[in-house]
Amino acid sequence: MKASLGYLIDPLIKGNPITFHILGICSALAVTTSLVTALTMSGALTIVLVLSNVTISAIRNHIPDSIRLIVQITIIASLVIVIDLFLQAFAPETSKRLSIFVALIVTNCLVLARAETFARQKPVWPSLLDGLGNGLGYSMILLIVGSIRELFGTGNLLGYSVLPLVENGGWFQPLRLMLLAPSAFFIIGFLVWIIRSWRPEQIEEPEFKILTPDGATRP
Amino acid sequence: MADLNPINWWRRFLALPNDNLTKTLGFAFLVAFTASIFVSVAAVTLKPLHLQNLERERQARMAAMVAALPGMADILAEAGTDGLEVRIVELASGTFARGIDAESFDQRAAALDPAQSTKIPGEADVAGLKQRANFAPVYILRRDGVPALVVLPVRGVGYQSMLYAYLALKADGNTVAGLTFYEHGETPGIGARIQDPDWQALWPGKELADDAGNILISVVRGKAVGPFEVDAISGATRTGSGVSNMLRFWLGEHGFGPFLKRLRAGEL
Repeated sequence: MKASLGYLIDPLIKGNPITFHILGICSALAVTTSLVTALTMSGALTIVLVLSNVTISAIRNHIPDSIRLIVQITIIASLVIVIDLFLQAFAPETSKRLSIFVALIVTNCLVLARAETFARQKPVWPSLLDGLGNGLGYSMILLIVGSIRELFGTGNLLGYSVLPLVENGGWFQPLRLMLLAPSAFFIIGFLVWIIRSWRPEQIEEPEFKILTPDGATRP
Repeated sequence: MADLNPINWWRRFLALPNDNLTKTLGFAFLVAFTASIFVSVAAVTLKPLHLQNLERERQARMAAMVAALPGMADILAEAGTDGLEVRIVELASGTFARGIDAESFDQRAAALDPAQSTKIPGEADVAGLKQRANFAPVYILRRDGVPALVVLPVRGVGYQSMLYAYLALKADGNTVAGLTFYEHGETPGIGARIQDPDWQALWPGKELADDAGNILISVVRGKAVGPFEVDAISGATRTGSGVSNMLRFWLGEHGFGPFLKRLRAGEL
């Protein structure tokens, strides 16, 4: 029981796909201009991740090694197409705002990474929890970034006015930078910084060290 | 006696080592087959909803375009939302066709039906349509009984999809009042910018043809000069020429040409 809870909770902070593994950044930048798109994308990715992990784990003993990546991508791609069709049918407006990013879940390294490193080797139940955990970890970061960007970029949250805008007689001057992609980089950077200050074990060894003249390495 | 029990076959297939050629091929086939069934079932089941959404999008774009035209909102407010009069035009003669219910006429279905469509001669088929329906709906907004605005449905091949648009013309039949795309499958962020309000705002006021009747309107690279040119979208050259060709076809003699001639002559 404790072990399976670990599969679910570990990817939230300790092994968070965005802040620890730095995976899935492209979509995290693109869809976080508002909370609604971030929520939809989080939902879509979590569903795809859980279903792909479960499917791949269920057939893991029979996947021929030579074509395993093709098989995994085929499964992920079909799931993504179906999710995209559902979004187009039931949420056409949000689907239009997400444009190609739902379809690009196929190439989201996060999904393939979980399939390749986890689901291919573990039974169905842990794979399901791992997919759910990673999906929630991804969603958590997206929701934080999305809330910050929408709140400070437009003064709204989920489309409801929170900070009264100057143009409507309030005091808040929206920060247009928040609606541009660089702001998402800054926010994700700050999140990584905060998490790694709190959990220094996440800090990676530097790839290069500066040597002093006497041969010792400087920290 | 060979074993014909499929369950035994299946067991033997699964028992094969994973690097076996038969198993690899069979497995690849099974995965591809299952995935394609899964996707097809979803696509077919959800199709009615997609069509509904497209229809809603089409109506919304039409309403938004007409409402945004200066002066038109007033006429619409007077005449009510049904102010746009729908008529079916026989394209070859440019006359209103009688006996066809405008509400239920389906131009797309008609274009595919050999009995209701005409093949477009190769050299005239600049929009890449191959054939077009003999009839087309037009939307007319009248002020004191005289047409003040005419909206024509147009379509043409863009870079990788069919572009569907409404072209609104002023009463002279030559000045663009608006152009709005309601369905397309162009590259997001590039060709898809034909739906941007900023780009569609370049169209009102442009003219279609010179005094001699030559259709000159086109989407140009570089800086658009004069009343017949519209700035292209960077990176979407082929979408832009698709838009030019679409207009050239539908304003020409195989499209709404005869109808527009009658409009200009004041026969409507």
